[in-house]
Amino acid sequence: MLTTKTLFAMFAMVQLSLVGCSKESSSTGSGSGGTAASATGATGTTGESTPAKATKNLTFALVSHANAGDKFWDVVKNGEEQAGKDLGVKVTYQGSGDPQKQAQLIDVAVSQKVDGLIVSMANPEALRPSIQKAVQAGIPVITINSGAEKSAELGAMTHVGQTEKVAGEAAGARLAKKGLKHVLCIIHEAGNVGLEERCAGAKRTLEGGKVVNLQVSVSDLASATSTIAAKLQSDPSIDGALTLNNAVAGAAVNAIAQANRPTVALATFDVDATILQNISAGKIFFAIDQQPYLQGYLPVTFLNLYRMNGTTVGGGQPVLTGPGFIDKANAELVQKYIQQGAR
Amino acid sequence: MTTTAARRDERVVDVGIARRLLARPELGAIIGAVIIFVFFASQSEVFRAPAGIANWLDPASTLGIMAIAVALLMIGGEFDLSSGVMTGTVGLTIGLLASHYGWNLWLAIFAALVLALGIGFLNGYLTTRTGLPSFIITLGSFLMLQGLNLGVTKALTNTVLIEGIGRTQGYPLAQQLFASTVNIAGAEFRITILWWLAATVVATYVLLRTRQGNWIFAVGGDARSARNVGVPAAKTKIALFMTTSGAAWLVGTMVALRLTTVQANQGIGDELIYIVAAVIGGCLLTGGFGSAVGASLGALIFGMTSQGIVYVGWDSDWFKFFLGAMLLLAVLANHVVRHYAEQGRK
Repeated sequence: MLTTKTLFAMFAMVQLSLVGCSKESSSTGSGSGGTAASATGATGTTGESTPAKATKNLTFALVSHANAGDKFWDVVKNGEEQAGKDLGVKVTYQGSGDPQKQAQLIDVAVSQKVDGLIVSMANPEALRPSIQKAVQAGIPVITINSGAEKSAELGAMTHVGQTEKVAGEAAGARLAKKGLKHVLCIIHEAGNVGLEERCAGAKRTLEGGKVVNLQVSVSDLASATSTIAAKLQSDPSIDGALTLNNAVAGAAVNAIAQANRPTVALATFDVDATILQNISAGKIFFAIDQQPYLQGYLPVTFLNLYRMNGTTVGGGQPVLTGPGFIDKANAELVQKYIQQGAR
Repeated sequence: MTTTAARRDERVVDVGIARRLLARPELGAIIGAVIIFVFFASQSEVFRAPAGIANWLDPASTLGIMAIAVALLMIGGEFDLSSGVMTGTVGLTIGLLASHYGWNLWLAIFAALVLALGIGFLNGYLTTRTGLPSFIITLGSFLMLQGLNLGVTKALTNTVLIEGIGRTQGYPLAQQLFASTVNIAGAEFRITILWWLAATVVATYVLLRTRQGNWIFAVGGDARSARNVGVPAAKTKIALFMTTSGAAWLVGTMVALRLTTVQANQGIGDELIYIVAAVIGGCLLTGGFGSAVGASLGALIFGMTSQGIVYVGWDSDWFKFFLGAMLLLAVLANHVVRHYAEQGRK
């Protein structure tokens, strides 16, 4: 009996740690780039519901593809809740990393006849029936974070997020401006299309220089550190590195120190308190922020305006929340907002 | 500990109706289910409307199918930690064969069944042959399957998501059978609910009315004495492991055909939820005691709670807390009821 209990505890711990690791990757969102297809169809399909008066008690539901406690999505949730307070509408937040459960949560919102639905589409095909059911029921849908390219096709009003292509290109342009010639683009999750697109975007805009992809694993930061360090030691022509996740950025900072190559300029995607410290200390050149707060705040505003006046945003094109840049100039300012859970 | 569990077998004791009712493993779960239904129904109108009922029966159905199989295995004195990840293995196998390699969907589903039963057999064979706790054996297969699901999928398709099951040959009919909905009173009820009810009936019949049912209680109560009176203990346990993986095959197929895409991390973590549902339904962790109806009720409680919390608009951050509290209460209630029932026999 005692051993059974111990084993149970052990197993639960193994489980939790595994889940913890796998979360890391999805928290960055995997929305892929490109302009949204079929630009205008979106407003037509949702147009059947007549906009309600502003005085009506509106309820908007956000259903994300993240499990509870995900840092990135807590900021989205904070943005959503603040918008709800500011506009005097009721908002709810639910999330599940299991696509079937996410679909079921959408079904709940539809059966409650919410006045608007906000959905992150990491897995558009799995959510298709549920989102279409919402659209058929006359509920305006806004997709956020990932799934930009499928948004209009499923009948959503608009998409609010950062496209990977644009973000990657912005990173490359900024690195080019610094005069870098040979940049490592560090991919932390093999086969993630969104990450490949970021690197491809950077490659396009780093004119006169080259971008080389390096594969590491986000779930083993120790070995990621030594892989990056080894690469830096073996090739002195490398003068820049771009990481696509905040945890990997930390590993890269250590790797640069380990390889004794302090001149290598490091840039990263995603922000946290450690990243800001490193930016202030000059160890990280800049961080690209897709500003998750906006992915919660804006859709609520858009839905409220739609319910008030029937207005739509974007005309089927995604509304971009990124790339926002954080460097030495604004790191201190952002620090304050990170503590408040708004960045 | 284990011998008392065997003696508790309520069918051999002649006591009054009240006591007999109290000794049923599912009694606590029935009371719990009623309380939870009344609570959420009084808080939310949609929860008790057909659309709401269809909604909370949906997660309860797939969970219920698994919980029943897991309950049988637990009554037989064993655990299967690989059952959750196996639903993902099944889905990925179907997706790989049908969508990626262009097999007929039915052939892919059959191949996945053979694979699942094979893994179940291995789990059972290793457990009975080595005498190691099934916790260890299936923890091993859990981790191995998790790695295989990710590794094989990525090696063969270079991505972590297999799409396009909806476009394979044979999909429409399979979709009807495993993933369609039935319109009742204006609400779309999942066909998985019918499968769940059927599984409850079959498992209850097997447990209470067949020789195999007696064997399951016997090996879970005390495997050695069971063997001494001629029960094929090893065979029974292997069959139970295969039943569990068979259920994982059924649920994995349902999920894959419904979503038409499979993620490489599907099902991981669900095995604990199956065990939770079985325990809420009155199964003992020590084996030899429990029921299929109880496990179904446990799944129902889980389904009502998980969706009900959304309906009443509680903060989702607290969801797991409520679930844990509910589990503790249900188990304590079971414990008290059983204790009371046992005292009556002395």
